[in-house]
Amino acid sequence: MKKHTDPELQIKSVLYRMNILKYIKMANAGHTGGSLSCTDILNVLYNDILNVSPKTISDNNRDRYIQSKGHSVEALYVVLADKGFFPESDLESLCKNQSKYVGHPTRKVNGIEFNTGALGHGLPISAGIALAAKMDNAPYKVYTLLGDGELAEGSNWEAAMMAAHYKLDNLVAILDHNSLQITGLNREVCSPYPIDEKFKAFGWEVKEVDGNDIQQLRKVLADNSKKGGKPSFIIANTTKGKGVSFMENEKKWHHGVPSDEQYDLAFKELNSELVNLLNNNTKVTNTN
Amino acid sequence: MTINKLYTGKPNLEVFSETLIKLARKNRNILVVTSDSRGSGKLNPFAEQLPEQIVEVGIAEQNLVGVSAGLASAGKKVFAVSPACFLTARSLEQIKNDVAYSDMPVVLVGISAGVSYGALGSTHHSTHDVAVLRAIPNIDIVIPADNFETEQVILAASEWKKPAYIKFGKKAMPLLPHTGDEFKIGKARIICEGKDVAFIACGETVAPAYEAARLLEEKEISAEVISMHTVKPLDQEAVLNAAIKCKVLITVEEHSIHGGLGEACASILMQKNINLPFQIVGFPDEDTVTGSQTEIFESYGISGKGLAEKAIKLLHL
Repeated sequence: MKKHTDPELQIKSVLYRMNILKYIKMANAGHTGGSLSCTDILNVLYNDILNVSPKTISDNNRDRYIQSKGHSVEALYVVLADKGFFPESDLESLCKNQSKYVGHPTRKVNGIEFNTGALGHGLPISAGIALAAKMDNAPYKVYTLLGDGELAEGSNWEAAMMAAHYKLDNLVAILDHNSLQITGLNREVCSPYPIDEKFKAFGWEVKEVDGNDIQQLRKVLADNSKKGGKPSFIIANTTKGKGVSFMENEKKWHHGVPSDEQYDLAFKELNSELVNLLNNNTKVTNTN
Repeated sequence: MTINKLYTGKPNLEVFSETLIKLARKNRNILVVTSDSRGSGKLNPFAEQLPEQIVEVGIAEQNLVGVSAGLASAGKKVFAVSPACFLTARSLEQIKNDVAYSDMPVVLVGISAGVSYGALGSTHHSTHDVAVLRAIPNIDIVIPADNFETEQVILAASEWKKPAYIKFGKKAMPLLPHTGDEFKIGKARIICEGKDVAFIACGETVAPAYEAARLLEEKEISAEVISMHTVKPLDQEAVLNAAIKCKVLITVEEHSIHGGLGEACASILMQKNINLPFQIVGFPDEDTVTGSQTEIFESYGISGKGLAEKAIKLLHL
């Protein structure tokens, strides 16, 4: 797998965010806030971690990625298109009549493993796949991305108990911890805290990182050390609506679609960040 | 002939377990996933003989189905075994999304189905399962009547490439007559032929329908009994043929009268403009009465005598 530098991935994240907004705007639908919060996680997974590509998507030993927080599908579609699973222009049909690009993940789209979107499903499914890998003594790992509001679903805790029981240390659950759900702050809706202590008590290895920091994500996700048979739970602290100032930490952008003016403003902000990154990256390159 | 003389078989559950052990010995990818239900599922011999091929998830039916879907996606042939009442209610969303919508060839096995748990009450009865699963795309529903059909459906399911739901009860089942027909999913079996009344039944109500046919025979009324083991996809041709051949038609099921086999048959007949005296026999829209499975059946006329009486009434004799 081709390795990228951190700045290259940072640039990719901005481009991904631009595309997320572009296709949400085109579809006039989508889950904007959550897609922007998990962009860096998907970026690092698909560009640096997962042993999967359009060529290996049917291989038994491919790494699996199950997006439990299926509503952030726009981020997943944009990243899969970038990785060549399908032409990016396909996304022009997002959510349109007869399109296979539904507003939640579906296996009709190349690269997607499971039809998700109803919350609390990704962890049990991923535990099942990880168990199959253990039974077959197969080398692949299973990654799943959960939303923080989703933790209220009881099925997660059924799977959390079982994954520890079966010592599924090939299972990595990543929490897109942007602290907001559709109604408001997690802690005000129905507090899931303390999340770390809960998963530790369930027998998981828990780590916490800045989920919008490429460098930290790469480091924590590349850690292949045995966890004493423990499944891994990574709390990735993120910002909902990340990258667009007026969308950040605002619950209304959970599934808000920008107006023409808002879209232009968002694009300018992202473009300005892109220019900064490109300039800095050039400097770095020149220095080297 | 009395119904007692027919009761010479085993519980379908035992046939399921024995058949699965044979299959799993040959195919190490066959797995049983259970939710603390191996005892109820007669799967202790399976667990003892093939401990590497049974996955226990504890009393967690949602996880049972999600894990099964995950295992299936990684190439395992999974039989997810849990009491039908919990499997098709507690984990309905997992059945809908993780199995059916995601197209994972999991075989969902609802044990102690219908009112098999008898006096344990409505919490443990599954009289809704066919109705809810019929409305979910991409899942077949099979309810074997006897040991023969149970063995055949498990053999077929082990090769299945799509989601399926199979259910059966706990009681020893009669050995119904064989016509020599090869068992095929989606193809009804005619247990006995007749021309006055047709009983279209499924699962453990086929035996009382057959007993009713024998009682009617004594009164020179000719009854056909059809085992409609596959409720979805339904054998439309068999329903239409029965309606054309016989004067009256009675459906019998261990299920609510809403949304089950009876309404599926009625839908076919109405849309083909076929009108004949017709009755759906099942459980009315109420909590089931207390009693054993047989007593509950009898309370709602699902017995040889009860069904024969319904036939005579419908024939205006």
